[in-house]
Amino acid sequence: MKFAVIVFPGSNCDRDMYHAAKDALGAEAELVWYQDAALEGYDAILIPGGFSYGDYLRCGAIASTSDIVTSLRREAEKGTPILGVCNGFQILLESGLLPGALIRNENLKFICHFEELVVNNNETLFTTDYEKNDVISIPVAHGEGNYYCDDETLNELIEHNQIVFTYKNNPNGSVRDIAGIVNKEGNVLGMMPHPERAAEMLLGSDDGLKMFTSMLKNWRDQYATNA
Amino acid sequence: MQQTREVSPEMIETEQHYREMGLTDEEYQSIKQILGRRPNFTETGIFSVMWSEHCSYKTSKPLLKKFPTEGPQVIQGPGEGAGIVDIGDDQGIAFKIESHNHPSAVEPYQGAATGVGGIIRDIFSMGARPIASLNSLRFGSLNNPRVKYLFDEVVHGISGYGNCVGVPTVGGEVQFDDSYEGNPLVNAMAVGLIDKKDIQQGIAKGLGNTVLYVGSKTGRDGIHGATFASEDLTEDSESRRSNVQVGDPFMEKLLIEACLEAIHCEALVGMQDMGAAGLTSSASEMASKAGMGMEMNLDLIPQREQNMSAYEMMLSESQERMLLVVEKGREQEIVDIFKKYSLEAVNVGHVTDDKQFRLLHKGEVVCDIPVDSLAEDAPVYYKPSKVPAYYEEFQQMAPYVPVVDDYSAMLKQLLQQPTIASKEYVYDQYDSMVQANTVVSPGSDAAVVRIRDYDKAIAMTTDCNSRYLYLDPFVGGKIAVSEAARNIYASGAKPLAITDGLNFGNPDKPENFWQMEQAVDGMSAACLALDTPVISGNVSLYNESNNQAIFPTPIVGMVGLIRSTKYITTQHMKQAGDVILVIGDTKPEFGGSELQNVLEGKYFGQSPAVDLEVERKRGDALLEAIEQGLVQSAHDLSEGGFSVALSETLFNQPTLGAHVDLKGDTTSLLFSETQSRYVISVKPEDVDRVTALISDAKVVGTVTNDQKLVVKVNGEKVIDEQVKTLQDLWKGAIPCLLKSKA
Repeated sequence: MKFAVIVFPGSNCDRDMYHAAKDALGAEAELVWYQDAALEGYDAILIPGGFSYGDYLRCGAIASTSDIVTSLRREAEKGTPILGVCNGFQILLESGLLPGALIRNENLKFICHFEELVVNNNETLFTTDYEKNDVISIPVAHGEGNYYCDDETLNELIEHNQIVFTYKNNPNGSVRDIAGIVNKEGNVLGMMPHPERAAEMLLGSDDGLKMFTSMLKNWRDQYATNA
Repeated sequence: MQQTREVSPEMIETEQHYREMGLTDEEYQSIKQILGRRPNFTETGIFSVMWSEHCSYKTSKPLLKKFPTEGPQVIQGPGEGAGIVDIGDDQGIAFKIESHNHPSAVEPYQGAATGVGGIIRDIFSMGARPIASLNSLRFGSLNNPRVKYLFDEVVHGISGYGNCVGVPTVGGEVQFDDSYEGNPLVNAMAVGLIDKKDIQQGIAKGLGNTVLYVGSKTGRDGIHGATFASEDLTEDSESRRSNVQVGDPFMEKLLIEACLEAIHCEALVGMQDMGAAGLTSSASEMASKAGMGMEMNLDLIPQREQNMSAYEMMLSESQERMLLVVEKGREQEIVDIFKKYSLEAVNVGHVTDDKQFRLLHKGEVVCDIPVDSLAEDAPVYYKPSKVPAYYEEFQQMAPYVPVVDDYSAMLKQLLQQPTIASKEYVYDQYDSMVQANTVVSPGSDAAVVRIRDYDKAIAMTTDCNSRYLYLDPFVGGKIAVSEAARNIYASGAKPLAITDGLNFGNPDKPENFWQMEQAVDGMSAACLALDTPVISGNVSLYNESNNQAIFPTPIVGMVGLIRSTKYITTQHMKQAGDVILVIGDTKPEFGGSELQNVLEGKYFGQSPAVDLEVERKRGDALLEAIEQGLVQSAHDLSEGGFSVALSETLFNQPTLGAHVDLKGDTTSLLFSETQSRYVISVKPEDVDRVTALISDAKVVGTVTNDQKLVVKVNGEKVIDEQVKTLQDLWKGAIPCLLKSKA
């Protein structure tokens, strides 16, 4: 399985994502510079955290207008698994690939620490290795991770089981404790917490690794089905 | 922004305008002699910044020479952007600390942010990838609304810049004392990882080679920043706000990636960041170090504002700028690398062989100075020193004997002192985990970052208890280095080297200069004893407000090597049933202690003593025990003494408690700040092996699962508290102080 990690100017978790896929999971991974707009040929696409374009204007807003996002949309339509973390989540929202918005944390400060998440949906391409209602420990590191959407969108998210992760102790004011959501089709997931930072016990938790193993397993299953 | 009014060479002399730029009459005369004529306005400005304390160390040089700087572990000592120590496998760790005190006093957010940016540039200009930052902050009392504002904005600035640039802020320290009320200290340390073969130098070699300017455009911000940093803060300092630079961490992030790509291009000859004194210092230092000269055409400098004069461009401290020297004819290779990151690399000049620093602007020569006179011939002053009266008085005093009635209540009070209380409010705002290498984040003795693809890790800390230095700068200087080493040892690392951030008051006052001398002597002695040479550093003088100097604060940034990740040790107790030991005897030493502060509201008497031989022996023995896998947790005893340290070891494990049984003087046992002590926990079956290795380790109690801290002295229970009660007080103290309306 081959992962692409998109690198925007100002991305800073790109190498972390790369190492999680390559070293912790043992898959193939490549860093793809945003100007190399081709995303074909990868089995999954990772959009890392950081401060693309310095978060100037709005987090993720400038990155969402780059050519590579056109290519990303095409891959999303094709059903390629796409995981956006932190700034990657913000880019997915700004691109319209996921609904809602992220606003400043309730306390108006950047926060960085381990948080407990509840696995609300373990039936996505990204979460099948978890049990439903598993409580997992994953770090957050963001200033604008307060998920917001209107009631209509929220009802839709609930109805289609799109809320994948919720915070056990909401750290940022997110609507309904939302930490991560998936699109209706189930192949685009965005989340604020950083699973790539929780991929080995040495760093305090490997609870995030199961997201990568889930992706690998589901790719294998699909490959086996198609073959 | 306002334009600078320029005056003629004659007027500079007759109306003594050089004084406004910080030059003395003698210095002006020697400039005249060097040039054989009167310097023009631009040249006067260039001399004034290069000869400022900040750039030339003209006052501190005679002292800095005393530091031991050599050792087999040293790859690069002082003199370059950062020092480098060997960590094996052909890898080195580059690190340095730098102050941004004065900018932070008037514009705390940008002052702190650009402090972080500047020190990170020092690291990657060496060719090292920045892998961690730390900081060391000092403020006045948090009851003061202005101090609250400074504290919040400094933290916010570090967070805003450090998080964006993608370098984890893994550790630091914050202390509060009245002496910093008008003059906070903001020292930032950055640490980088480098393959030895990639080490760069800021050097302009090769006649005819091209000088490239890279990064942000030059604006009028930060003009004369280095001079500003070299004078006392006064009521007028507020008007210096426009002297403070503005940071752009996004630009810095692009520069990091581009420069670290450029070092693999053979066309690159040398690289240096434009830090203090901007273009002037980077260009002249690079040429001087190579024994060459440099000519630049200022018309080609990328400019952010219109009609900038040569003076303004040369003295601007606009951030995120680098100067590169590149082989002639191969400029395009470098230009292309920067283009990938949407950065312009502009040809602004070339290396000459006449050792002159020559600048052209609008077709005229606006500066023609022997380059060595700027970088190397700055005056050196041997300031008079004098023992302060207060010191002699303190030395005569009988030892301070505190009286404590309620030990539990005192422990609670100590845990809520801002200097001791949890700094979670601060470090929660820092991204401490980006790069996914942080094994021990802020909140333990030292921060630990693993080296990817190897089994090793490095430990880092910043430390300085300035209260001891105030009481006795010689002993306090020894303690500052020793305490840093204790943090490093306790985390399972062998101390390698230090960077020093020397913060003192106005050196023209003989009493202040005496403090500097004594502190440097004390630190040097400790560096020798602990085998931790000084490989880089920074000097910040004139830290005064309203004529009152800060406590002498030579901050020690230390790095150590953890030979295997399995040796990584934290301060927190691990398991009920483990045995608690204290290493080192306790004496009644309360001068400069937190207890003295609480009881008396001031510091007086004698600082605790330190025996460097004992310090080294205990540290080495502890490390030996850790490397033999015998130690579950280790924590050094510092402010507040044993009772505070023991409490802190329980604050990460909600299920644990501790019961200890001591014999002796209760107040000393609980609160004395005797040096060179640790509290460790070991499995019961390992106790004998540990006491055999560490001769002065004594069993004092056990880790329990009752979530209580119980201390008996001479058979009598003196503390019996729920750990949670203590932890809540410790955690809540700083947020509570910030919310309270003074």
